[in-house]
Amino acid sequence: MTIEVEQPSVELSKIAVSETHGEHSPYFAGWKAYDEDPYHESSNPSGVIQMGLAENQVSFDLLEEYLEHHPQEASWGKGASGFRENALFQDYHGLQSFRNAMASFMGQVRGERAKFNPDRVVLTAGATAANELLTFILANPGDALLVPTPYYPGFDRDLRWRTGVNIVPVHCDSSNNFQVTPKALDAAYSRAEAMNIKVKGLLITNPSNPLGATIQRSVLGDILDFVTRKNIHLVSDEIYSGSAFSSTEFVSIAEVLESRDYKDSERVHIVYSLSKDLGLPGFRVGTIYSYNDKVVTTARRMSSFTLISSQTQQLLASMLSDKSFTQNYIKTNRERLKKRYQAIIGGLRNAGIDCLEGNAGLFCWMNLSQLLEKPTRECELDLWNTILQEVKLNISPGSSCHCSEPGWFRVCFANMSEQTLEVALTRIHQFMEGRKTNGGNLNF
Amino acid sequence: MTQTEETTTGGGGAKTAMRVIVPLQGVVQGRGGLVLGSIIPCALFYFLQFYLKRHRSEPDPEPAPTDPPAGLHRVQSRLVLSPRGLGGAAHVSGRANSVARQADTPYYVGLKRVSEDPYDVESSPDGVIQLGLAENKLSLDLVQKWLAANARESILGRDLSISGIATYQPLDGLMELKVAVAGFMSQVMEKTVSFNPSQIVLTAGATPAIEMLSFCLADAGNAFLVPSPYYPDLDRDVKWRTGVEIIPVPCRSADNFSLSTTALDRAFNQAKKRGLKVRGVIISNPSNPVGNLFNRETLYNLLDFAREKNIHIISNEILAGSTHGSEEFISVAEIIDSEDFDRNRVHIVYGLSKDLSLPGFRVGVVYTFNENVLVAAKKLARFSSVSAPTQRLLISMLSDANFIQNFIKTNRERLRRMYIEFVDGLKQLGIDCMKSSGGFYCWADMSRLLRSYSEEGELELWDKLLNVAKINVTPGSSCHCIEPGWFRLCFTTLEKNDIPIVIERIRKVTES
Repeated sequence: MTIEVEQPSVELSKIAVSETHGEHSPYFAGWKAYDEDPYHESSNPSGVIQMGLAENQVSFDLLEEYLEHHPQEASWGKGASGFRENALFQDYHGLQSFRNAMASFMGQVRGERAKFNPDRVVLTAGATAANELLTFILANPGDALLVPTPYYPGFDRDLRWRTGVNIVPVHCDSSNNFQVTPKALDAAYSRAEAMNIKVKGLLITNPSNPLGATIQRSVLGDILDFVTRKNIHLVSDEIYSGSAFSSTEFVSIAEVLESRDYKDSERVHIVYSLSKDLGLPGFRVGTIYSYNDKVVTTARRMSSFTLISSQTQQLLASMLSDKSFTQNYIKTNRERLKKRYQAIIGGLRNAGIDCLEGNAGLFCWMNLSQLLEKPTRECELDLWNTILQEVKLNISPGSSCHCSEPGWFRVCFANMSEQTLEVALTRIHQFMEGRKTNGGNLNF
Repeated sequence: MTQTEETTTGGGGAKTAMRVIVPLQGVVQGRGGLVLGSIIPCALFYFLQFYLKRHRSEPDPEPAPTDPPAGLHRVQSRLVLSPRGLGGAAHVSGRANSVARQADTPYYVGLKRVSEDPYDVESSPDGVIQLGLAENKLSLDLVQKWLAANARESILGRDLSISGIATYQPLDGLMELKVAVAGFMSQVMEKTVSFNPSQIVLTAGATPAIEMLSFCLADAGNAFLVPSPYYPDLDRDVKWRTGVEIIPVPCRSADNFSLSTTALDRAFNQAKKRGLKVRGVIISNPSNPVGNLFNRETLYNLLDFAREKNIHIISNEILAGSTHGSEEFISVAEIIDSEDFDRNRVHIVYGLSKDLSLPGFRVGVVYTFNENVLVAAKKLARFSSVSAPTQRLLISMLSDANFIQNFIKTNRERLRRMYIEFVDGLKQLGIDCMKSSGGFYCWADMSRLLRSYSEEGELELWDKLLNVAKINVTPGSSCHCIEPGWFRLCFTTLEKNDIPIVIERIRKVTES
């Protein structure tokens, strides 16, 4: 009889088994609940309504209309010869025409108040890749990036997982509408120092996710002063810049740099993408725009790991260069988002719920702290769970966004039809009414 | 497993060569002692730098941006190439810095030269002919025709609906495409094995696929064993951001550059002595740059080795559909099927860049038998996802059975014809190639043309070929080949008529 010797199973890396992907957090648990019981207005009207996905579906018709009137864009642009180069094209510089189009589009989104040089545009397969790539370039394993809270839950994964870089939060609170202050920045930096962690940069999201608000010009100035003083980098994730409800509300870091004559700009890098503004997350189009030549060169080479399909570049180059289309799209998209925002704010107000005053993005930042029995994370998660299970809405709890004050929730409104939004608001209304009649004495 | 002793390759000159090679091998394998082990590579490195500096045609390898807006001009004039930028600008990471040095290697220098002065039979007949990029243009016309007829509908569907492709898709690829790719992989491997779509993670090209596996199977500071010569970009793919090392396992012309377990053992032990933990072996099959196919026995031995050391195997089979010889291609998947190997240690990399001539579309595959790797890889795919419209297009294309069947067959025939003609052409010049059964290139022995049988001599010849013959070829040293004088010449970016031109150009150098 042979004796079986148990072979030790072959090991995986620490990265492979780490939990840094964060997919066990409530942010993602809600998604699972939605996947299992998704709302559909006819076939599943009592299903879970997904309000946790920051996707923009309000302007698809504009894109479809464009493609219908420009059939060559969907096939091969310049025809047969165009294809040949295209299929082989894997140059990490990206198609010149596409880079030109992106630079032009970025300028348009900022009302031409800032100009972008196509040679500083580095292409990546989505902003997720862009943020990770920049982190690889700007920081070593063990270093840290400062990130103002509340922030997009995905950053925990995107900035830290493979890079080995830490996030040190910059605490913001409702006393001043969660704006970043020099005091908070200094405090975060000192905290990192005390932990013997080297801070390599500050990453801001402007307009902010999850706040749904733009960062004021004066605050941007303070931020720029801070990073210059500490001699660190600044990454400005501006993927929602085209989702500001009016063009003038949004001030890009590019504008601030211009007003300072580009002094100290080598420490600044902008991340952009077409996933939010153009509603094309499936296309995987992101970009890094850096004022630092070395970062541009390095990022370009590193983008080999995350190139955009040449076919997609070709497809979008013509569309984004068509100024009459883009101008109309940007304007119309803003208007529709604003309308949605007003609808949801109004609906929530009727239900007795306040939100942070927002002016951008695909979501609003809702305040339910008055419903918490105790201002704790546990109570917030209980409330979140109740809303998920009973009200059948998946919204994102502030704790997933590392918000320092419990009771805030991010609610997305652009990834559904107007009718569905109405249904969601009705449910919320009913929920709040129910709580009133029950004497408001529920344990959360 | 072939047990070969040190064999001389013939003649007195070869004996001298061996006297150079053997200590060189010893250094490579760490036996030469710390001093020799550091001095010789350093000397070579400094010589290479000096040598390239002398022959480089322009001082600045970086393309300068054109027409900067006035406001930015000041920034760009302070070209920051060192981390200690002017005015105390913030530093970049160690990882960022290591890139800058790579750009000086012959592989990249050559590619750059071609892009600056490319050959065109009509408009630029004196330009540099590209034989350094393993890309296949031979059958593009077939794909082109298909696309012209089918593209629009495939991407948008009959109702031009964009929401289907615009919205967030599963970041590891659409199941429909995984099914289609699994089918294609099986087809190119002549149905010897079938692939399960659920074990596939799609990535934006094979480059991130390899990096992803490196991240999953090894920690920073660990190492992979890689049979050498291996293709230049593997260094970037495996090492750059992961911090994982590559330990080359030298293969020799005497063995037809095949992999021996002795060499694997030796390399493994050397790694151990250096305090490096080996986590796996990475093979390319068909191999690049040699064009070898792994035979059954070697694959069995490799799996035995992996089991004995409890390590992983990554098999890069991206050229499986580009075989052109009479030898049969055997995937590691086929071996696992037939024996009771621990599947958890086997992972395959594939992609559509080579076999379907679509490198621009960025479609790569991580295929793994390990559940835990699959779970991790699916989450990591978000950093390098395949674009949705491209996925749709390829689902259509790969599902067109007639087209695919015809493509695979025709492509192989064209590859074979070009290979034969090219190798014959080289033979006329007295240049022999290693027998190859796959890939877009031949592995040519130009050692007798070297002025000195050394890396220096090889680079000198490479330089002459680039600047005098005006062809870009890849020197064996860029592929970590321990025997000087071998060059990889890709023939799939040529038209048939270009072959005599290339041969004549090489003759300029061989007869000087």
